[in-house]
Amino acid sequence: MLESLNQIERQALNELEATQDEDSLQRWKVAHLGRNSPLMRVFDHLGALPKEERPSIGRRANEVKRALESAFEARSQALVQAAVLRSLQAERLDVTLPGRPIARGRLHPNTQTLRRIYRIFGDMGFQVFRSREVETDEYNFELLNIPAHHPARDMWDTFYTTTPGVILRTHTSPGQIHVMRQYAPEPIRVILPGMCYRYEQLSARKDTQFNQVEGLAVGRNITFGDLKGTLTDFARRMFGENVRTRFRASHFPFTEPSAEMDIECFICGGEGCSVCGGSGWLEILGSGMVHPVVLRNGGYDPRIYSGFAFGMGPERITMLKHRIEDIRHLWMNDLRFLEQF
Amino acid sequence: MKIPLSWLKEFVDIQLPLPELARLLTMAGLEVEAIQVVGLPMPSSADLHSAAHHEIKIEGLSWEADKIVTAAVYEVMPHPNADRLVLCRLDDGQQEHIVLTGAPNLYPYKGLGALPEPLKVPYAKEGARIYDGHQPGRVLTTLKRAKIRGIDSYSMICSEKELGISDEHEGVILLDPDAPVGVPLADYMGDAVLDIAITPNIARCASVLGVAREVAALTGQPLRQLDYSVQMEGPSIEGMASIEIQEPELNPRFVLGLAQNVIIRPSPYKVQLRLKLAGMRPIDNIVDATNYVMLEIGQPLHAFDYDVLKQRAGGNPPTIITRRARPGERLTTLDDVERELDDFTVLVCDTAGALSIAGVMGGAESEVSAQSRNILLEGAAWNFINIRRTVSAQKLQSEAAYRFSRGVHPAMAERGVRRCLELMRRWADGVIAQGLIDNYPLPPRDPMVEISTSDVRRWLGIDLTPQEIADLLARLEFKTEIFGQTVRAQTPDHRLDIGEGVVGMADLMEEIARIYGYERIPETRMNDELPPQRNNLELEREERIRDALVNLGLQEIATYRLTSPEREARRFPPGAAPDDLPYIQLANPIAADRTVMRHSLLSSVLEVVERNARLRPRMALFEIGPVYLASEEGLLPDEVPRLAIALSGPRAPAGWQEADNAPMDFYDLKGILEALLEDLHITGVRYEPAEHPSFHPGKCARIRVGEQVLGVFGELHPLARVNYELPETPLLAAELNMRALISLTPDRFEISAVPVFPPVLEDLAVVVDENLPADQVEAVIRQASGKALAGLRLFDVYRGEQIGAGKKSLAYSLAYQSPERTLTAEEAQKIRQRIIRQLERELGAKLRS
Repeated sequence: MLESLNQIERQALNELEATQDEDSLQRWKVAHLGRNSPLMRVFDHLGALPKEERPSIGRRANEVKRALESAFEARSQALVQAAVLRSLQAERLDVTLPGRPIARGRLHPNTQTLRRIYRIFGDMGFQVFRSREVETDEYNFELLNIPAHHPARDMWDTFYTTTPGVILRTHTSPGQIHVMRQYAPEPIRVILPGMCYRYEQLSARKDTQFNQVEGLAVGRNITFGDLKGTLTDFARRMFGENVRTRFRASHFPFTEPSAEMDIECFICGGEGCSVCGGSGWLEILGSGMVHPVVLRNGGYDPRIYSGFAFGMGPERITMLKHRIEDIRHLWMNDLRFLEQF
Repeated sequence: MKIPLSWLKEFVDIQLPLPELARLLTMAGLEVEAIQVVGLPMPSSADLHSAAHHEIKIEGLSWEADKIVTAAVYEVMPHPNADRLVLCRLDDGQQEHIVLTGAPNLYPYKGLGALPEPLKVPYAKEGARIYDGHQPGRVLTTLKRAKIRGIDSYSMICSEKELGISDEHEGVILLDPDAPVGVPLADYMGDAVLDIAITPNIARCASVLGVAREVAALTGQPLRQLDYSVQMEGPSIEGMASIEIQEPELNPRFVLGLAQNVIIRPSPYKVQLRLKLAGMRPIDNIVDATNYVMLEIGQPLHAFDYDVLKQRAGGNPPTIITRRARPGERLTTLDDVERELDDFTVLVCDTAGALSIAGVMGGAESEVSAQSRNILLEGAAWNFINIRRTVSAQKLQSEAAYRFSRGVHPAMAERGVRRCLELMRRWADGVIAQGLIDNYPLPPRDPMVEISTSDVRRWLGIDLTPQEIADLLARLEFKTEIFGQTVRAQTPDHRLDIGEGVVGMADLMEEIARIYGYERIPETRMNDELPPQRNNLELEREERIRDALVNLGLQEIATYRLTSPEREARRFPPGAAPDDLPYIQLANPIAADRTVMRHSLLSSVLEVVERNARLRPRMALFEIGPVYLASEEGLLPDEVPRLAIALSGPRAPAGWQEADNAPMDFYDLKGILEALLEDLHITGVRYEPAEHPSFHPGKCARIRVGEQVLGVFGELHPLARVNYELPETPLLAAELNMRALISLTPDRFEISAVPVFPPVLEDLAVVVDENLPADQVEAVIRQASGKALAGLRLFDVYRGEQIGAGKKSLAYSLAYQSPERTLTAEEAQKIRQRIIRQLERELGAKLRS
């Protein structure tokens, strides 16, 4: 009898090996663990066995049953797993196909650069102050120490309107007077961004319309050293922590002393390249100590107050950073250009 | 301004290598834009490196010392086989050569035998590198041995072009007779020219002396002053002419000198060379002398033919009169243009009429000619603003006007006349009349400025002693005195740019900083009271709107704000009422399509759609920027910020999978606007049908919040559309008022609690008249359901036979919810009944079964 049980077990396990899917597995279960299976018949006939054989045969029959049941479970698991693996094999995607396109929005590069400038000066306590584009001659020139027929006027090619005394601002500097008159005698730290206009023949480097960001700090203790320090801090954040700056004497009627700030070319590291024209330096902004006449016109006594001002062209910065050869791209709105930002 | 180095060195010793000199000047505000080497050795690479970070463009030709030398031509002989060539017997200091040349300026000496005085010439030996005289531009070539018409040729007498002096290649250079023989040409006359940009504040530097003074101050070398003494051996000038100044404000000084019996001929070659290197054309020794002095010390001068003036005065001594032009007065200037003069133009006249436009250009009649014998020399001072006005009114530039319009100190007038008379004596054998006629009615007051150590500390952030301040200023010829911590500085009488009082203080501050060196001033961070901190709400919200639109998939654009009325009219169908608001109009437009400041941002955006129409099937663009509307209150326009949006093309961008390729329509744009307003938390928004000339009358809406209109949007009017080359798909556009958007954006908003209890969800479809706007149905549902309504979404609009003609069915999905408990089915049923009743009563709606 024991031998018969061993035989039942061996055969069942052998047949289990052969099952390949859920159907054959179920058939196997009926055949080997079902009511009419040889094993069950052994249980059925236990009562007919001699009394002394019953415990050993019964124990052995239960062992075989547990063994077959757990083998069934294991086989069942294995088949499920194999089926999943087979289906995974069949469901392979070409991961190199492109993704579903998204209609993505973008900020214009001008906005991106302006925001970067706002951010850097904002962190240094400079707030944004905006003023009008169509200006009076008085604010654009006279109050900035540029009287009519002064040779310094040659520095700006102006668009005049048909209304006498009304022009398109040639720089954001009239904002200096507006902000000073609004806040005097408080100390001031502002930047003045906005659109300016010059009567220029269009070229890759010059356009009739351009953004400028002016800066102004006025207080009782603001020095040329502070101008250098503040603008160098700006340059390092804008162009790289290790960038070197230099300040060259220059002339603007509304500042004195005046300085141009150059930075070491961040493309070639000062070695000389096509971007910096081989000089190793890039002109970035004009600056200077606010002229006493301008301070006075703004409502600040130059014997007590001092200040510095600066002005830069954000388009130039955008062009340098992205190697844009022609400034007109920034106003032509060719989507093939804009979609690269 | 072009400054020859050799000339500069007459005034100051310069030990620095050229690039270092250029860097020093540039850092001090005299920007050296380029250096042209004319003969001198090129700076070595070590010198360039030491100046590493201001590498100025250096170009030109170095003359090799052993191959290009001075030489003497003893005889000019005919070429046996060519009429147009001559053979020169030449000594280069080492041996004799026969040199072949075709220079026409040697023909006169041909066949004369041994010349009594040898001709001195620049001589290039075999192997010398020079410019090719026969090629356009500057092309380097090396002299090689060749046979020309049977004669051996291996070297050359050089033209200016071949040596890089000028483009002149007609003849060879004939050096001054005192030139040595056999010395390297570079040692004799090699030079380098610094091209310096002169900003308005350094007008005093528009001369060799002016630049030399800066070099001296910057390097600490002494400046060698010019000797202005003149050897006067003629009769006294008294009684030979007189001066009458009518307006001293316009003509503060007028000086005359007289050179008699001059011999007019070309100037010495070295003088001509300098004029050429400085960018002026040599004329003759008299005119050259005036130009030379102008370049040298910055004082423009004018030479009159004295005999012509005397003749005009009927044989009497001439009277020079300076006055404004009379109405309608005309003068033919040296450039042969007859000019009508303005009433502010100042003229130099005599009793017979106008002679020249003061400070700008002489008249043709009294010009010095080859026959002139006696020269009356004018040195004057003019009001620079007046000269500037004249220059711009007459559109007439000259070297004199360039300087006078930037300001020349009246003290320079006498110095200029003295220096020039002496040169006329030397170069033209003139006999100089004793004395000058000097009418000086209005000497300027040279400011005396005080500056203290605390001023320097406060303005520059550095501590200088009074002595250091005085020393820095003295280097620029200020006369200084020290009183305690204050320096009192007297402005020297060659500059007009120093102001009085606190302005003068700032002027001196600049000079102190420049000479001290900007790079020596330490970089510091501000150590001052912080200003009050303020938000800029307008900007913050504007940027917020940009971000919202970008998040909604729109591309920001930036357009030109100048346009033309014609361009803007394209946004309207033909025959629509024109935009009759007055434009801000340019008096000097640069192009016919940029004559006014724009009225419409929509126009700008439509032009961009048009520009990209063939490039991109799908566009979603926006711009934020002002339009310029004439204001009734004042001179200046209202600059009204606007937002414009344009959409066109398929809803989804094209990919390789199936997507919603239907063209975007009105509701795509409305969806974007709704999302924008939601993002800004603007509530109470209503959309109403609107009429606007740019939009399709059935597909146009106005956005309102209370009484405020936010803007209009819709599909572009088909008759406006044909004015542009647009893609086939509908074009949706909006133009919104940014001020309204910004002012309606709340400072804060409150949220409702996230519900704890589940909602009751149900659908409701009602049939209403076709013409009933959907927002009325929605309003009734909201009103009827009250607080219990937690969600309302239209999910279907249906028209068809089932519901009858002239009707539409609107299907809503509703959610009822209570914050306190789960609503029962009966409660939900009550709300539903209330909604249905009110829809029936107020709108005649029927529940769709």
